[in-house]
Amino acid sequence: MTASHPTAKVLLANYAALMVLLGATALASHAPLGVWRTPISLLIAAVKMALVFLFFMQLWYRRGLIRIFAAAGFFWLSIIGVLTFCDYLTRGWSP
Amino acid sequence: MSTIATAPEPAPAPRSAVPNYLESDHTVSSWLLTLDHKRIGLLYLFSITFFFTIAAVAAALMRIELLTPAGDLVSSETYNRLFTIHGVLMVWFFLIPSIPTVLGNFVIPLMIGARDVAFPRLNLASWYLFITGGLFTLYSILAGGVDTGWTFYTPYSSTYSNSHVMAMAAGVFVAGFSSIATGLNFIVTIHKLRAPGLTWGRLPLFIWSMYATSIILVLATPVLAITLLLVVLERVFGVGVFDPKIGGDPLLFQHLFWFYSHPAVYIMILPGMGVVSETIAAFARKPVFGYKVVAGSSLAIAALGFLVWGHHMFVSSQSVFAGVVFSLLSFLVSVPSAVKVFSWTATLHRGSISFETPLLYALGFIGLFTIGGLTGVMLATLPIDVHVTDTYFVIAHFHYVMVGGMVMAYMGGIHYWWPKISGRLYHEWTARIAALITFVGFNLTFFPQFILGYAGMPRRYHVYPQEFQALNVLSTAGASILGLGYLMPLLYLTWSFFRGRRAGPNPWGATGLEWQTASPAPEHNFEETPVVTTGPYAYDQVAGSQSIPS
Amino acid sequence: MSNSLLHPSPPPYSDREQHSVANHLGMWTFLATEILFFGGLFACYSVYRWFSPEAFAVGSAHLEFWIGTVNTGVLLTSSLSMAFADLVVKTNSRRAVQWCLIATWLLGALFVALKFYEYYLVTREHHVPGAHFHFEGAYAPQVELFMFLYFAMTGLHAAHMLFGLGAIAWLLRLNYRGRLSAEHDAPVAMVALYWHYVDCVWLFLYPLLYLAR
Repeated sequence: MTASHPTAKVLLANYAALMVLLGATALASHAPLGVWRTPISLLIAAVKMALVFLFFMQLWYRRGLIRIFAAAGFFWLSIIGVLTFCDYLTRGWSP
Repeated sequence: MSTIATAPEPAPAPRSAVPNYLESDHTVSSWLLTLDHKRIGLLYLFSITFFFTIAAVAAALMRIELLTPAGDLVSSETYNRLFTIHGVLMVWFFLIPSIPTVLGNFVIPLMIGARDVAFPRLNLASWYLFITGGLFTLYSILAGGVDTGWTFYTPYSSTYSNSHVMAMAAGVFVAGFSSIATGLNFIVTIHKLRAPGLTWGRLPLFIWSMYATSIILVLATPVLAITLLLVVLERVFGVGVFDPKIGGDPLLFQHLFWFYSHPAVYIMILPGMGVVSETIAAFARKPVFGYKVVAGSSLAIAALGFLVWGHHMFVSSQSVFAGVVFSLLSFLVSVPSAVKVFSWTATLHRGSISFETPLLYALGFIGLFTIGGLTGVMLATLPIDVHVTDTYFVIAHFHYVMVGGMVMAYMGGIHYWWPKISGRLYHEWTARIAALITFVGFNLTFFPQFILGYAGMPRRYHVYPQEFQALNVLSTAGASILGLGYLMPLLYLTWSFFRGRRAGPNPWGATGLEWQTASPAPEHNFEETPVVTTGPYAYDQVAGSQSIPS
Repeated sequence: MSNSLLHPSPPPYSDREQHSVANHLGMWTFLATEILFFGGLFACYSVYRWFSPEAFAVGSAHLEFWIGTVNTGVLLTSSLSMAFADLVVKTNSRRAVQWCLIATWLLGALFVALKFYEYYLVTREHHVPGAHFHFEGAYAPQVELFMFLYFAMTGLHAAHMLFGLGAIAWLLRLNYRGRLSAEHDAPVAMVALYWHYVDCVWLFLYPLLYLAR
């Protein structure tokens, strides 16, 4: 993390990686992956998002406080997911 | 009763050549286009007082109707619209803005030694967003109102109600962005604009509680926004995500709505706790006991407050398992609040106490918030909640924390910082009497409601069985006294603004950077950026050098 | 003169570095609010896909895969040109900044155009939820719910794209007047962060809406 912002090379390499991953997603949607299709395509999306965050949005080059701010939104979003599904997944349970 | 122990201040400082923020320009555009955080605080003060008045009139009409068991003043339709107006305006256009936008805007930069907030233009934009939201809401009221309650539960709000839901939802949606902008501004201000030497560990507790409040403002409000947007879309399209006809679940609305609205109540109480910390320290002339723990508990309340929303849904058909989880988490969130109450009590112990008005309000807060908080723990208990949910017990609980707690803290803060805001002193004895009237009126209004609720009187009804009348009459009588208690400050504070005795920089002899500059505050806050070398509440040093008249 | 929009005082910072960090903190805070704003919709989607996975598969199969895929590529390319705009503004080259911003704007506009074309296709097939919805096949009610989520999520995203296009137009105007430079690059940096974020939202919308088949 010695540089303060990405060079042109880094940006182009990042873009190439993203396009490759896009191709992978499109292929995966037609491949016989069965029940794994959704987790795989979401995983690829998460990797793409991480690349955009790190290199286009320059989190790779920033210090801790900004990274915490960036992570906070996702962490809080997970709270809605976890506790709401806590209700829905257990609706059928009887005490 | 001892008089205030302070550095002798027989006459205010001579009027300096540096204009204060009130007199630097008198044109209308200098107010409506201001970038000065202090003027923006005043713009908010006038706005929220206006909305408070409308909401209070709605409450008065409700209480008058409830004098008799029969529905003889208004129809049930009208009554539904009255409690909706009261809830929507009080929550979103009075309580949530109150301390943050009035006192927060005014005091935070002064308290941290900054010239303004981080984004002054965003600050002005937040006021205009607030006003725009308010106009939408006013339009919906004038066009006939909304009858869904401030909670907008689906499917009534999304499908069946024939009232002006979209306009009111739009108003709240827009006002929500005002909240977000304010919270964002405060977070960056507190991170980046502290004066040299003002480390996090030296920040006054008001700043800690405003920081915690801002986290909630920023992270919770967007979820309210999307939820209201979905209700509006459902009304526009005729179908939506909360519609069982296409496989939707009305309860999902409640999950999303309360994900915001429970943390919202912590938006409403944390700033009040910050004010109480400041006033207790100032009028006991002691550092707050357990500074680190109090600061940490503000953050804990903000974080834990996001995990408990299901306690509003115990009887809504959420799963029993989820109910147990939310109940347990709700017990947990009461702990940091209790910690604060113990800290304040320990601060008062062996302090050099003088009963100025801000302290009277702070003491009222501690007592009434404790009652409200304890009844909250009762409501978090599943079997009790099943019995008292949707009764006046719940109404009494939240009015104890919101009105007995937050509004008292707001009044205390207004009085405490009044000299800095107006450059004048209010009349102390009049203010003390008003505080006592408010306290008596409040308890007379809301304590009977605990009993009524426990006995089974449901909320949001304009009629009730005959046996509940005596307590209802008592409650309405209390409300009229409470109204007097609120009217008095409106009058004497306004009077003091023009005719009160002029105040010096530090009439209370309090610590804090805001008291190191003139009253009213100069336009750019400080002539030179202050440098901080001690912690907050350095009263030991101050007290040692003052004479304390007995 | 009082500090107002007509006579603004200098912002309350002691140096450029402090101002820059404050801007970045502010923008990331705003992006956190956007994560939660869209997040509410993602939460709804998750719940209802869990309720009726087959209906979502059916609904997704009726969307145009190629529009979704091409649009994803278009947005990723626009993020590249936006990142370059942020890079070249530090070299004080007005022309380079101009071309990067124009490229970004055109790609963004292409995205919106393809999206509106897609909406037109959906409308033609009577798959717009509401009074005119008509779907032949199994799970028709839940497919309507899927289509509601489709319109809500892509519509909100498109609204954010339109704001972004407006912001880029504003940057072009600033650049034209010579107001962007290595010393004054904050506007580009801030709009770039927003633009990349809106791209990221789409990176998740794409598999959830188009690839659930």
